[in-house]
Amino acid sequence: MKSTRRKFIKIAGMSALGWSLCPALFNGSSRAAGHNEGHSEEHSGSSANAHGHGVRWAMAIDTARMTDEIMQKCIEACHSAHNVPHINNKQEIKWIWPETFHHLFPGQMNDHFHTNEFPERKALALCNHCDNPPCVRVCPTKATFKRPDGIVMMDFHRCVGCRYCMAACPYGSRSFNFADPRKYLKESERTLEFPTRTKGVVEKCLFCYERLAEGKQPYCVEVSEGTIYFGDLNDPHSDVRKVLKERYAIRRKPELGTSPCVYYLI
Amino acid sequence: MYDGGKIIAGLAVFVLLFTFPFWYNIGNAAYTKPKLELPKDAKECVEKTEWMRAEHMQLLNEWRDEAIREGHHTYKNMVTGKVYKKSLTKTCLKCHAQKDKFCDRCHESLSVHPYCWDCHVAPKGDK
Amino acid sequence: MLEKAIKGNKLYWGWLCLLLAVSGLGFLAYTVQMKEGLSITGMSRDVSWGFYIAQFTFLVGVAASAVMMVIPKYLHHYQAFGRVLILGEFLAVAAVSMCLLFIVVDLGQPQRLFNVLLHPTPNSILFWDMVVLNGYLFLNILIGWVTLESERKQVPPPGWIKPFIYLSIPWAVSIHTVTAFLYCGLPGRGFWLTAILAPRFLASAFASGPAFLILLCYIVKIFTKWDPGKEAIQSLAKIVTYALIANLFFLGLEVFTTAYSQIPDHMLHFKYLFFGLDGHYTYVPWMWVAVIAGLSAVLILLFPKNRQADNVLAFACLLVFLSCWIDKGLGMISGGFVPSPLEHVTEYIPTKLELMVTLGVYAAGFLILTILYKVAVGVKKEVGA
Ligand code: HEC
Ligand code: HEC
Ligand code: HEC
Repeated sequence: MKSTRRKFIKIAGMSALGWSLCPALFNGSSRAAGHNEGHSEEHSGSSANAHGHGVRWAMAIDTARMTDEIMQKCIEACHSAHNVPHINNKQEIKWIWPETFHHLFPGQMNDHFHTNEFPERKALALCNHCDNPPCVRVCPTKATFKRPDGIVMMDFHRCVGCRYCMAACPYGSRSFNFADPRKYLKESERTLEFPTRTKGVVEKCLFCYERLAEGKQPYCVEVSEGTIYFGDLNDPHSDVRKVLKERYAIRRKPELGTSPCVYYLI
Repeated sequence: MYDGGKIIAGLAVFVLLFTFPFWYNIGNAAYTKPKLELPKDAKECVEKTEWMRAEHMQLLNEWRDEAIREGHHTYKNMVTGKVYKKSLTKTCLKCHAQKDKFCDRCHESLSVHPYCWDCHVAPKGDK
Repeated sequence: MLEKAIKGNKLYWGWLCLLLAVSGLGFLAYTVQMKEGLSITGMSRDVSWGFYIAQFTFLVGVAASAVMMVIPKYLHHYQAFGRVLILGEFLAVAAVSMCLLFIVVDLGQPQRLFNVLLHPTPNSILFWDMVVLNGYLFLNILIGWVTLESERKQVPPPGWIKPFIYLSIPWAVSIHTVTAFLYCGLPGRGFWLTAILAPRFLASAFASGPAFLILLCYIVKIFTKWDPGKEAIQSLAKIVTYALIANLFFLGLEVFTTAYSQIPDHMLHFKYLFFGLDGHYTYVPWMWVAVIAGLSAVLILLFPKNRQADNVLAFACLLVFLSCWIDKGLGMISGGFVPSPLEHVTEYIPTKLELMVTLGVYAAGFLILTILYKVAVGVKKEVGA
């Protein structure tokens, strides 16, 4: 009797210890893997939630060093790699595009001061991959959904084209294929590496999830000459975390509670 | 019978119309299995040939859901355990590179028109 | 009872043929849209919903307004509405049918419509809108048909229909509330982000719906020689008056809150609609017409003498309908999208094809309405009610 009780306590103590250690170990290793080899194949499926555990992808754009040429290069790299058509009218499609601060941060730019420096400075706009995305909340088919690593994903196979997500997005990040995009995409311009879309579905930036899966950086980051930082927000040693610690950064419309994961370094 | 003639004539027209597909096809060559261009540098498919023939549509549906929605990108053969990337263009069409002489040929003979190619770009031109 | 729909004079058949032709034309325009995508519409990246969704919103209101007769009739035993109630219920059926059609023509991938059922998503208001609209359609067909059938047999309606009738009351409120929730739950769209949107929708619905019903009663009276009854029309007119005043009052509340708080996110939309923004003025005259029509209608309807004169009442109802239609069917949706969340001003102007599709849907709705009214009035005349 006595010995069994002692044994019981021992086992209970051990398992309690195990409980508290295991998740920490598990997290530590998965984070290390995520950081060192980019992103393991099955990672996005198995990593835990967006807060504190697992990977949480984020971006920081250095608006002070960003130039028009770099922006053009980023846009070109993204749009050509994702078969985004060039449509020059108000039914255009864009995943990433330049926008003045006045429009990026409406009401926040002290426009009435004599200096125009900030309102007229330009930076890139793209999907913010919000922590609390309104577009995901409204989608009636789960065609847009949030991955555990924070990416707001699109399933083009399921989208019915109701455009509710476009009404919900406070950042104008979504485009709709009003026409067949292949009409605006010459065969010679198409890449075989990524599907085009078809008329009647919504699309937007996907944080290059297909490249992250291969351990690579998004296209825009790659050609940005170091003006875009990208990495895991949950990893204190990642590039984004380091630069966010050093520099002052703002996010778009923080008052809406969407909690964007694209930061603008001032 | 009251109006018997009319009823019988009506019935005859109905039967003729109803069986129209059969009449229409008389004289057409019987269905022949199309000649498929099989990959030269590979011996076996992702799964057994018969299984693929019957189940490839479901397999592809599962692949796209798992790849896009769950982030699982690898598929293991059910018998040999050989590993494939779950991708339409980067797996199926890497082996079956001539889509027009494989997928399309079979689909056309059966009047199936998968809409995948509205978006997915097959190597060497599309449609 | 349906046999009543196939016995009619030349005028009736001519009208049906006209409606068929117009909806056929609309369908033709829709096939162009199927082929070319929504690129044939005036919508854009910034204004991603347009005329279709606006008409949908407006018609949900018309459908919900049937409740304004169900409540007096069944909760207060106000018998004058007994005569015309069926007209309200059948109007609801036609209006909801149009709503559903407008949703379908607005989809980019209509063939995937069933994804909404295959992957039900309760956190999406659109999912709930679909549930309540289909439920309401079902309720009104059921209630309308069963009560009309028993009227024809000159027996009281069966007891089991009562719970459905009572259910239809909150349900009617729900369809327009949920439709308002579609818009008022979106962060970053200041024009809609207001708790009063649902009450405002309901008020304008209870003004425009009964106003339209009064007009329909007059039309029925002229063409079928069956009189819906003076008292019912007079009571409807009172409802219109109250609801219209409430609607304008709510609009005033909205304008005060935005104009006095001066928060740009909210104010710019009103500025765009009523004064124009960045050189874009298309909607300004329309919006003022809506306000002036609404105010004049109140001035007319406030005086009982005016309401009792059939011509004046009909004219006032036209004004009410026009005012509410512009407010909801034109300004409400475009106004919410302009300026965009990035404060760009992109105007939305519907294209001809878009208007043809819209007209086609309306024609299909009126086709349903005409047939249902034909049946209803046929039964009424048969039993000598
Ligand atoms: C490793 C190369 C390879 C890949 C990858 C591959 N296949 Fe195959 N597939 C083959 C070969 C080889 C055959 C013929 C096998 C035989 O001769 O029995 C075949 C046969 C088939 C058949 C049956 C044809 C018949 O004779 O009826 C179908 C259907 C098929 N593949 C579809 C697919 C699909 C769909 C995919 C992607 C999910 C795919 N294959 C991926 C090599 C491949
Ligand atoms: C042996 C003949 C055959 C070959 C070869 C074949 N398919 Fe199929 N496929 C079919 C049949 C039959 C169907 C229709 C099944 C059904 O309707 O249930 C079909 C259906 C499909 C569907 C679903 C279409 C839909 O509308 O639901 C897809 C996707 C598909 N095939 C892809 C492929 C691809 C990709 C290849 C080439 C790599 C291929 N198939 C090769 C016979 C074939
Ligand atoms: C509306 C455009 C569209 C249509 C139509 C479409 N797809 Fe896709 N599909 C995509 C996009 C975009 C991706 C993401 C590609 C990526 O991540 O590389 C994708 C990815 C996939 C994937 C996984 C990743 C990969 O590289 O293949 C599969 C499997 C797939 N689709 C199968 C299908 C099948 C089968 C059909 C037809 C029944 C189809 N798709 C139709 C756009 C489409």
